[in-house]
Amino acid sequence: MSDAPLLEISSLVKTYRSPGIGPFARQNARPALAGVSFSVHQGRSFGIVGESGSGKSTLARIALALDRPDSGMVRLQGRSLFDLPRRELRPMRAHMQMIFQDPYGSLDPRQRVEKIVAEPLAALGIAGRGERRARVRASLEAVGLKASDASKHPHEFSGGQRQRIAIARALITRPRLVVADEPVSALDVSVQAQTLNLMSDLEREAGVTFLLISHDLAVVAHICETTAVMYRGRIVEIGETAAMFAHPAHPYTRELVDATPRLDRDRHREGHRASEDARLSTGYGDAAIQSHRSGPSSPGLLRFVRNDELGSIRQGHVPDGGADTTEGCPYVSRCAFARPRCREEAPMLETKGGGSRKVACHFPLD
Amino acid sequence: MLLEVAELAVDVPTPSGLQRVVDRTSFSLGEGESLGVVGESGSGKTMTALALMALTPEGARVSGSIRFEGRELVGRSEDEMMQLRGDRIAMIFQEPMTALNPLRRVGAQVAEPLMLHRGLSKREAQARAVELLNHVRLAEPERAARSYPFALSGGERQRAMIAMAIGCAPHLVIADEPTTALDVTVQARILALIDGLKSESKMAILLVSHDLAVIAGHCDRVIVMYAGMIMESGPVEAVLRQPRNPYTLALLEARPRPGAPRGARLATIPGAPSVAHGHHEGCPFAGRCALTVDICRTVTPPEVAFGAGHISRCHRAGEVGFAP
Repeated sequence: MSDAPLLEISSLVKTYRSPGIGPFARQNARPALAGVSFSVHQGRSFGIVGESGSGKSTLARIALALDRPDSGMVRLQGRSLFDLPRRELRPMRAHMQMIFQDPYGSLDPRQRVEKIVAEPLAALGIAGRGERRARVRASLEAVGLKASDASKHPHEFSGGQRQRIAIARALITRPRLVVADEPVSALDVSVQAQTLNLMSDLEREAGVTFLLISHDLAVVAHICETTAVMYRGRIVEIGETAAMFAHPAHPYTRELVDATPRLDRDRHREGHRASEDARLSTGYGDAAIQSHRSGPSSPGLLRFVRNDELGSIRQGHVPDGGADTTEGCPYVSRCAFARPRCREEAPMLETKGGGSRKVACHFPLD
Repeated sequence: MLLEVAELAVDVPTPSGLQRVVDRTSFSLGEGESLGVVGESGSGKTMTALALMALTPEGARVSGSIRFEGRELVGRSEDEMMQLRGDRIAMIFQEPMTALNPLRRVGAQVAEPLMLHRGLSKREAQARAVELLNHVRLAEPERAARSYPFALSGGERQRAMIAMAIGCAPHLVIADEPTTALDVTVQARILALIDGLKSESKMAILLVSHDLAVIAGHCDRVIVMYAGMIMESGPVEAVLRQPRNPYTLALLEARPRPGAPRGARLATIPGAPSVAHGHHEGCPFAGRCALTVDICRTVTPPEVAFGAGHISRCHRAGEVGFAP
């Protein structure tokens, strides 16, 4: 195996043109992707987190060559997808598949599982009838379903089983890369656990690498070695997942970590965590507990208080979105630590410390 | 007690006859208290909330007792319930777009209950609506009042719906997955807003959620539902730190844990959830539960008390321990 990345994304820019002149024209002029670069290596699943409007779903579509960027490059196994002639792009699609959030909406209720799971083979025009049937069987068994399930219809399965059918369909072309957009967020906790276990197994045993898009930090940390945090079309922080969530360097990553509901949150002291009470689980809480101890100059914990000192929210209003800025840091209107420089100059994504962590912030957190 | 629910049962019509989706449910809620209702899909948590508002689907049968401020609600006419709804009891839904009328300005919708229940003139109600929108910390409340729902962000719409719900100073607010459709950062702010509104009035909150962590952060007590039945209930700290029911324990252990090694095995619950338990005797979780013994399949488990209002419905409640 070579050291070349499985997937290489470089300098992707994508702006959706607004369909005409109207109240949304200006809003839509903001690029969905404003220069995104990263690499995914075989066997090391990669996570993308961020809120709605961060560009993560646009990124997924372009990574799968379902949409073209305005500029930038996507390389799968060293081959640039947008420079390939259509005839050569088609066989490349066998190496990349996608699973979606909604296991109900993505399966045609009128078709038998056999046909649903074999669909990517049919679309790519590969494998004869006999081989297709054998591969459907193998694919169903790989996700813990029975070969005999092939003759059933989707409605005969539970939600978790339907998500398995969707995964079996994605696996049938024996892809190296599977893009999973919120694959478990519509599932109940107990079913979610089964799907996450299956994804771990597939990475270990079937050589599948996931590009996992999720808003749920715990889910991403469970599957992905490296994670990128996106905000308004840019990567604001990227690094080893567990370390990054334990010690975020970008204020937005910190905001995401702090906002994630946790069982150990002490609700009697708003915004503060009592370390003595944090017995149920440990992990993300540690960074916050330590910074809490080091006093009010430390980041994050006093977010709600400090937010109110900011310009547009001086009257106590907390924006749910945040205003657009043409120059400067895209996060500046929401950042509790913004200084004058942040409004004037957009920070570049730069290496922080000696490791793999990169952060786009003039004043990264410790 | 503000709200006392006893032996509540809801049967909904299906092609194969009435099906029981809430079964023998009893709980109470005091003034200013917050109660979380947690469960997976099909657990009956939403149907329980709808029964309190008499908003169960057409043809559903509700039995048992719901006493609100001393008055029995089960069996009341729709006219009488309309007097209560939006006045003494208000509801916040998951998706504000379905609760807000897309063709009416936000201010007019927030003003409506004030005119209906408080007899305010249109002008007074409109002015009060702007105050309420400001109170839920919507930036530029006058602009928001003049806007149509589509022009607001998801978080802003949820704030507008909260403004509509609290207009008449209800004593009980029922919030059904109020933040599930929102980004986590917006969710945190909306939950903080609800906490703030609760602490400045004597409003009680019934918070329905699939997310144990949301309930852990925002409720005094919790009830855990499965297949229409309450499996465990009690103070949040007790139930989540030391669950006494195998189902609660299984829910806690199935969550990916922060700080655990990548790809670590998550505990799963075998089998599929039984959507509705029906009238059957026995424990609804029997068969999926690792502690299942013969009696679980034939006898409905008793309520076993563990002090401080902590109750588990399990034949083997005493043997359930939290293994980290």
